[in-house]
Amino acid sequence: MENKIVGGGVASSSPLVGKSSEPTIFELSVAGRTAYSLRSTEVPKRDLSESVPQDFVRDTPIDLPEVSERDLVAHFTRLSSRQYSVDLGAYPLGSCTMKYNPKFADAVANMAGIADVHPLTPARQVQGWLELMVLLERYICEITGMSEATLQPAAGAAGELTGLLIMGAHHRACGNKRSKVIIPDSSHGTNPASVTLSGYEAVTVPSNDRGLVDLEHLKKVLDDEVAGMMLTNPNTLGLFEEEIYEIAQAVHEVGGLMYYDGANLNAIMGISRPGDMGFDIVHSNLHKTFATPHGGGGPGAGPVAVTAALAPYLPGPKPALVSADGANVYRWTIPERSIGKVHGFFGNAVVLARALAYMLYNGSDGLKKVSQHAVLNANWLRHKISESFEIPYPQLCMHEFVASAHGLRREGGVRALDIAKALLDEGFHSPTVYFPLVVEEALMMEPTETESYQTLAVLAERLNELAGFAKTSEGQAKLHAAPINTPTRRLDEALAARKPRLNFDQPSNH
Amino acid sequence: MPSFVPHSDFETKEMLRDLQMESLEELFQLVDPKLRLKEQLRLPKGVSEFEVLDKFLNIGQRNLTGGKALTTFAGGGAYDHEIPSVLKALGGRSEFVTAYTPYQPEVAQGVLQALFEFQTLISRISGLEISNASIYDGASSLVEAINLSCAATSRSSILISEGVNERYIQTVETFSKGTGLALQRLRLNDKLETDFVNYEGDSEIAALVVGYPNYFGAVENLISARDLADKLGALLVVVYDPISMAVLKNPGELGADVAVAEGQPFGIPLSFGGPYLGLFSTKKEFVRLVPGRLVGETKDTDGKTAYVTTLRTREQDIRRERATSNVCTNQTLMAVWATIYLSWLGKAGFIETAKRCHDNTRYLVEKMSAIDGVTLCNQSYVREVSFQLPIAVDLVIDKMAEQGYLAGVKGTVRHSSGITTECLILTATEKRTQDEMDGFVETLEKVVRSGK
Repeated sequence: MENKIVGGGVASSSPLVGKSSEPTIFELSVAGRTAYSLRSTEVPKRDLSESVPQDFVRDTPIDLPEVSERDLVAHFTRLSSRQYSVDLGAYPLGSCTMKYNPKFADAVANMAGIADVHPLTPARQVQGWLELMVLLERYICEITGMSEATLQPAAGAAGELTGLLIMGAHHRACGNKRSKVIIPDSSHGTNPASVTLSGYEAVTVPSNDRGLVDLEHLKKVLDDEVAGMMLTNPNTLGLFEEEIYEIAQAVHEVGGLMYYDGANLNAIMGISRPGDMGFDIVHSNLHKTFATPHGGGGPGAGPVAVTAALAPYLPGPKPALVSADGANVYRWTIPERSIGKVHGFFGNAVVLARALAYMLYNGSDGLKKVSQHAVLNANWLRHKISESFEIPYPQLCMHEFVASAHGLRREGGVRALDIAKALLDEGFHSPTVYFPLVVEEALMMEPTETESYQTLAVLAERLNELAGFAKTSEGQAKLHAAPINTPTRRLDEALAARKPRLNFDQPSNH
Repeated sequence: MPSFVPHSDFETKEMLRDLQMESLEELFQLVDPKLRLKEQLRLPKGVSEFEVLDKFLNIGQRNLTGGKALTTFAGGGAYDHEIPSVLKALGGRSEFVTAYTPYQPEVAQGVLQALFEFQTLISRISGLEISNASIYDGASSLVEAINLSCAATSRSSILISEGVNERYIQTVETFSKGTGLALQRLRLNDKLETDFVNYEGDSEIAALVVGYPNYFGAVENLISARDLADKLGALLVVVYDPISMAVLKNPGELGADVAVAEGQPFGIPLSFGGPYLGLFSTKKEFVRLVPGRLVGETKDTDGKTAYVTTLRTREQDIRRERATSNVCTNQTLMAVWATIYLSWLGKAGFIETAKRCHDNTRYLVEKMSAIDGVTLCNQSYVREVSFQLPIAVDLVIDKMAEQGYLAGVKGTVRHSSGITTECLILTATEKRTQDEMDGFVETLEKVVRSGK
């Protein structure tokens, strides 16, 4: 099959418009130029000082850019040509699940009744929105094996903090909030940061030589001060925690709760459920698993689902179907012991609508197929590059895996970073590098299920070539110099931090 | 079965064969069999995109009244502004929509430069030098502002005006349970302005939090607020309405240490409450305590100007449990939208829009004040006002909704005199036409008269 491979998923990374810097919008500004328009009106103009004390009336206008609409379009179109994206090519960024974002979900997001509704509309006039939310909660609960959910958290990290506050409320109700939350050393940085914000101390447990939680070590740190444990399963090394059931049992035995970080849910849909593994609280990253676009770094959505025992603590208001006057209607309700609101309104609602659309399209059969092929792609890619890169943990991986450039570095000084940058020249986005922290020179790759055999074959071929370059001095020089085809070359990150220029009104640093 | 998985059956088999496997099930052999699902998830089977779209058309219809969204006079943190076509076209470009956090800046200059421009715009609007690349929404920006204040002062009590959006206060309360903060509230006077002068209480305050204009529309006296903050040695945190900044002195000019806002009015659709845009600005001296991402200028190896996320040692993926915040994914796309919107409005359009909001609101005030028993509560305002009604506010909102209007938001005011009253908070953006406002007031008058 391999000799038939053509192209597949490789982006041309040379921008069409050349390689000059794009001026900022402020530099394009010309006094007196405008793009805006306003409706005509007969409403009388009034003087602001009649309703605002003079001390607070602005006298000098805010200096917003003055550009024509044509200039505006050109500027942002040129910026977009300096930006890699999923729509352009493969994006094997580990832990981020950069899968294809279906276009019909864009159509859903822009529909009348979805995009244009004020959040404080009375429930009777937004029965569709409440139904949508209840339906999404049911889907999330079924996929994760939980009982009830909240859709308010706006991102995964917000979900983590919400879950930990629920954990705290549960323990407080039992008489003792407890003081510690356990996290493995391979966890996402958001986990310990969320633990601190929830008023707990993060206790890190090491991984064993198979990259999994060391159950014996874990048992040694478990006591009645442990409020719970946060785990990603599969973990950030892409490995399934084979002893998860025993881990959960041990944590439950000391009265702790199990928190599931859903960053890697894409590996197990329809295969296994966090609830069946023994987890009590689960967040899902809808922008990862359920294909809502990442938006250059958000918006995401991080709903939290919990067991029936924890449902009374969920944030409110929460939509529910209730019967009133002989009919079923959707209303806002506040769970009995709610921890309170965690979002100004009801969460990233339109992101929720997109995720539900994706779930309906795939259905039970399609979601399972998604996870199966995500895992197939990751294992196949790993297999194809395993002779060029070290694979620190040799067992089967799930939807992602971690390779290491440690050997290349030792041999010829080529680092994971060099491989990542050189891959950009080859028309691919690079993998996640230097994470998780437990692997030296880590290259974390998550191809996702939407990349084809052909794309992965070319990706593997290019990775193997780059590893080959790392062995010759000429090749090493090429790798150190990469990228050369990208809109900009390697950046001076130290300069950015040493002399910060965080907006156009501060002096340039070079 | 519909799917975005590209593999043909033949390709799947070939890939499995390379892995020396016969079936997809074998990929999951390390998952304990007792944890493996024995049957399919209890969900409907997949359907075509057309059936999905039908379903959502149906859902959407049930959010409309007479085939359209309610004509909106409600604000309360979400405003019905015009959204220009050029914004939808540029903001919908898939290079912005389907990228992720700019971890590889060489191929992410589009998002990074847009964020650098965004930070600049928000700093000019808030009057504070450092603005980050966004937080989830107005409420979460306030939570982060409070966390910054506590870190900067090593204190853990917050003094918050009841003129701040009540949903934000509730959100702060939720998160303060984790960080162990104490919240004290400052009540409002009859003009719905905060009473700063008579505060006598705890002096160990980390932050004084004030709305500007506040939730009820009143233009708070930030000069008095600054005086009180100075007396307490506290930071002054201002929650501002971004559109009003076109015509008001901004928080930075009036001495705020941190300024936060809900950025939704900057071109973001109402979207039933999200995704919105948390704006966050502060003084330069607090830059190491700023939550979330910051984009800075630098140069590449050829000396060419470029942008990169910077001062990263504040962030969770590096500093872990000692990070300034747990924020990772933020609202980048919404920040790009706001940048395009503000560039489209420009210097003149920003002022014209704010003035039009003011003129329309003023027009409503005059017409509504003529209704028997309807009285304006706040004397100062830019674009949002509170009215006392002769009948229950909830009833008015429900009746008006049946007539196709979103009449406003119910506000509950606990006055410094001790009494509690309710009011209808409303606004008329530049999008509202004179006909719409006339129709609204006419209908409101009937509703009020019939309800008395």
